[in-house]
Amino acid sequence: MTLSVRIIPCLDVTDGRVVKGVNFTDLVDAGDPVEMASLYNLEGADELTFLDISASVVGRETTLDVVRRTAEQVFIPLTVGGGIRSVEDVDRLLRAGADKVSINTSAIARPELIAEIADRFGSQVLVLSVDARRANTDSGFEVTTHGGRESAGLDALAWVEKACALGVGEILLNSMDADGTRAGYDIGMITAVRAVSKVPLIASGGAGSLEDFSAALDAGADALLAASVFHFGIHRIGDVKSYLGKHNYPVRTLAPR
Amino acid sequence: MIAILDYGSGNLRSAERAFATAGKDVVVTSDRTVALEAEGLVVPGVGAFAACMNGLSAVDGASIVRERLAKERPTLGICIGMQIMFSQGTEHSAGTPHAGIGIWDGTVSQLDAPILPHMGWNTVEAASTSTLFSGVEGESFYFVHSYAAKKAVGTTQAWSMHGERFLAAVEDGYISATQFHPEKSGTAGLALIKNWVESL
Repeated sequence: MTLSVRIIPCLDVTDGRVVKGVNFTDLVDAGDPVEMASLYNLEGADELTFLDISASVVGRETTLDVVRRTAEQVFIPLTVGGGIRSVEDVDRLLRAGADKVSINTSAIARPELIAEIADRFGSQVLVLSVDARRANTDSGFEVTTHGGRESAGLDALAWVEKACALGVGEILLNSMDADGTRAGYDIGMITAVRAVSKVPLIASGGAGSLEDFSAALDAGADALLAASVFHFGIHRIGDVKSYLGKHNYPVRTLAPR
Repeated sequence: MIAILDYGSGNLRSAERAFATAGKDVVVTSDRTVALEAEGLVVPGVGAFAACMNGLSAVDGASIVRERLAKERPTLGICIGMQIMFSQGTEHSAGTPHAGIGIWDGTVSQLDAPILPHMGWNTVEAASTSTLFSGVEGESFYFVHSYAAKKAVGTTQAWSMHGERFLAAVEDGYISATQFHPEKSGTAGLALIKNWVESL
């Protein structure tokens, strides 16, 4: 009876389609979100994350519909992030079928939002998404906004500590330096954030080789999020899990039915 | 017909769809009569113990659960919906524990583990006489919680482990409960739901 490490494919969704780019630019179409969610579920994904990168109100409505249709056929946890600014936004997503929401920019702008969401729905629904990069701050890591293009003026570790105190249930740590490069997770950053937090930590950004996944776990990650390596078929979820299983990391395997 | 008790916000859509896969009509309701008369009642739960009890009291949930038990009608609690079946819970209680429905005598308290919540897929150790786990004994189920009951209650127990051993499920005549989310536990969860529905 050991908690398995979680493998989480992330689908960046805009206007009802999955897209993926390198360092948040040069987006290319990667498929239909509901179809991809179902496929990843069958392949053994332990959770799914949708990140709504739509810029418009219409795009957000489309994402709600994607969440609804996915929740009707995929019975694993579904996290949705992007554009969440209020308790009402969270309520809408949970009612559409999301299990968790991730917040980022809106929490930086107004940290009390964390406590408001946690008080209403419990910490377990709330993932703090931190887009961080190496910088000349106290800890050596800073928080960014706008997909890594702008500094939020916050030290990443100080922000994580503050958000945990306000009641986030989980941290999604995305390295903006490593995102989309497939050059490996930022191990130093994972180690540093792990040391200041007691909630589950999802490592994100940079997954390339199979060894990258185990290295992030060794650094203290509880879950591993990846996008491009899965979308473009570089690794199947099953490959990652069998590699980790072979190296004695606890993974959930699907029983034949 | 299966009724899912709606007593606040949260993701009930997944539960509705998951229970529908077992082949019965499913309604999400806060109506006392519907909840009382349903062949099976599901009591879900999100948020903290006390918040959950408050939500329940707004729909007369505790009395629905007790009356169903007296009338020998099956009820299934999920996650916090399991925890509130106990007599008390210590979540955010600062001293005096919050009262639960009290079907089972016991305290729901924080897990002694370095990382909380216990979030993700874990296996369980289920009694061989279990109805719920028939055919899915060795599989993983999805947990999201920081608190749990740690002493045996009911006739049949399943146990899991995060920092310490805790009750993952209880079967006790007309009341059953799971600490994990069967509606979020993939095909294993759907099989467990089917086992419960077929036992009605």
